[in-house]
Amino acid sequence: MAGIGGAETTGKKVGWGLLNAVVVIYALLPVLWIVSLSFKSSATLADGNFIPREWSLENYQNIFSTSEFTRALINSIGIALIATTIAVVFGTMAAYAIARLDFPGKNLLVGVSLLIAMFPQVSLVSPLFEIERSLGLFDTWPGLILPYITFALPLAIYTLSAFFREIPWELEKAAKMDGATPGQAFRRVIAPLAAPGVFTTAILVFIFCWNDFLFAISLTSTEQSRTVPVALSFFTGSSQFEDPAGSIAAAAVVITIPIILFVLFFQRRIVAGLTSGAVKG
Amino acid sequence: MAEIVLDKVTKRYPDGALAVQEVNLEIADGEFIILVGPSGCGKSTTLNMIAGLEDITDGELRIGGQRVNEKAPKDRDIAMVFQSYALYPHMTVKENMAFPLRLAKVDNATVEKKVKEAAEILDLSQHLDRKPSNLSGGQRQRVAMGRAIVRSPKAFLMDEPLSNLDAKLRVQMRTSVSRLQKQLGTTTVYVTHDQTEAMTLGDRVVVMRGGVVQQIGAPQFLYDQPANLFVAGFIGSPSMNFVPATLENGALRSIIGDVTLTDRIRQLVEAADAPREVILGIRPEHFEDAALVEPAKLSAGGKFTHQVDVLESMGSDKYAYFNLTGEQAASAELQELAADAGSDDVPGDGISLVTRLSSASGAVEGASADIWFDADKIQLFDPSNGRNLTYTER
Ligand SMILES: Nc1ncnc2c1ncn2[C@@H]1O[C@H](COP(=O)(O)OP(=O)(O)OP(=O)(O)O)[C@@H](O)[C@H]1O
Ligand SMILES: [Mg+2]
Repeated sequence: MAGIGGAETTGKKVGWGLLNAVVVIYALLPVLWIVSLSFKSSATLADGNFIPREWSLENYQNIFSTSEFTRALINSIGIALIATTIAVVFGTMAAYAIARLDFPGKNLLVGVSLLIAMFPQVSLVSPLFEIERSLGLFDTWPGLILPYITFALPLAIYTLSAFFREIPWELEKAAKMDGATPGQAFRRVIAPLAAPGVFTTAILVFIFCWNDFLFAISLTSTEQSRTVPVALSFFTGSSQFEDPAGSIAAAAVVITIPIILFVLFFQRRIVAGLTSGAVKG
Repeated sequence: MAEIVLDKVTKRYPDGALAVQEVNLEIADGEFIILVGPSGCGKSTTLNMIAGLEDITDGELRIGGQRVNEKAPKDRDIAMVFQSYALYPHMTVKENMAFPLRLAKVDNATVEKKVKEAAEILDLSQHLDRKPSNLSGGQRQRVAMGRAIVRSPKAFLMDEPLSNLDAKLRVQMRTSVSRLQKQLGTTTVYVTHDQTEAMTLGDRVVVMRGGVVQQIGAPQFLYDQPANLFVAGFIGSPSMNFVPATLENGALRSIIGDVTLTDRIRQLVEAADAPREVILGIRPEHFEDAALVEPAKLSAGGKFTHQVDVLESMGSDKYAYFNLTGEQAASAELQELAADAGSDDVPGDGISLVTRLSSASGAVEGASADIWFDADKIQLFDPSNGRNLTYTER
């Protein structure tokens, strides 16, 4: 590639630059629009200006002034974190077993988890609703955490077993020969090497739980367990005569922040190529 | 330090594959044992059973007189060097080498001291703080050795530890492995594919085929007195020549000349109750250019005249290759050896012969040459089962 003439490379660069710009604008424009909406005062809300003529924090004050949003925020964070933790812990164990062991029914297990991942969630909502009602799980945290884990686990198992398969098995044998118990071998050799995979999976699962609307709206009925995406749809504005668009925009901005933080926090730990050098090559 | 005894050790994998069959092997304290054999013959499996990484299906494994079949690897106090080195990529060289000691809960000062010692022996002192990914192949190999020696285990197991190195480095590391083992005097079991490693490193060599031990002995003994066709063909490079031959009234007829058997060989052959049709085996160095052989010896050996196919002059001596017309010696062992060497699909009827002649030989490529061989150096094999008919315990 290095030998290609200067004109062509500049042309290429410009082309790529343009393409990138288009993609970035396409992806970010709605986000920026929401941000701009959230900073408009209720009077200027519908003026159609991209840059607010009158900056105000009114919307943010509004959403945090009632328990409707704050309570939903707590629910969302709690439910997503718990579901992520459980899914990642169990997913790690399952993926490790799938990648390392040959046990009867392994293919069945993989097949079934794939099936769950492919199952249309919509068709599960009404039976889940009935089941949770009769079990008393309806409108509780566990009532949402359980279905989230169910759908997040296959995702976690798939991503993680791909990561585990990348780790040379000989490392584990070497650890055993060096005097490690299976537990020590896992903790001191395998886990550190699988960490990037675990964090990647955690991010994916967290985003899945955080963004879910379908289960959240069907399996909750009160503030007690309603998550933010649902609470948003119930926004009516602080008074009945107010357009809730500003509040919704502010809430939308607020709930994007944890995701960004989550990704930024874990991205540092996702160091690619950590396993290189373990074996020859 | 301890002796290792394999008593009728058998391995059958869950899928039914019988990888190792009734291996009996007594490894003395401090001995350097080499396992060789073609790919898939069960060398790694045997090693892994000694290590404890594979369960033993049947038989008993004793280390230092104690049955260890049921012991986990960590309780056997054995170190292993893997073909891929298996260094921990997230740890520095120092941490890699210290790992076994840390697991053994050795105190910090001792860890420091032992790692330092090992690093000095292996010339790794200036690399202690680097990660394995930044090291060269040879350095990684030494780190793997270092990790094995720091805790002074009862035995070392090495599975083709040098096979990932380039040829030059391999020679270097071969001598240092040998020196290290002598220095430490630790019992070592070493798996290899490499002829030279097998011949030069070990006190004794174990030749395996299809999970069965073929012969155990000192390298030179295996070379001189192979128990069967397989060992004869496997040990030695270039390998032994095999030619079909007929035994008749104390004389041996073959395409490379007829000879009268020497008294020594006749006695052995009679004692072994040899069949009429045999396979004649003879090593390349037992041929000579007939023009250079003293007349007295000349008549005591066999002689043939044929066109030289290829001539390679090595300076010290010459290798002359011949392609004789005739049926190749046929036996299951030879076919397997050819398959392992990857030469089973080389087209070419007839018998190919490798001879090593002295550098004074006037043989010319493409021209005819008179070749003599030493009648007392031949080995005869039974084609039906590969048994060496001229084998002596010496
Ligand atoms: N996990 C396994 N399950 C089933 N069969 C196996 C397994 N590992 C090895 N085998 C079989 O056991 C036999 C011996 O294998 P092993 O790895 O010991 O050979 P090897 O002598 O080390 O060969 P190489 O020189 O190629 O490393 C082979 O036929 C192989 O197919
Ligand atoms: Mg092997």
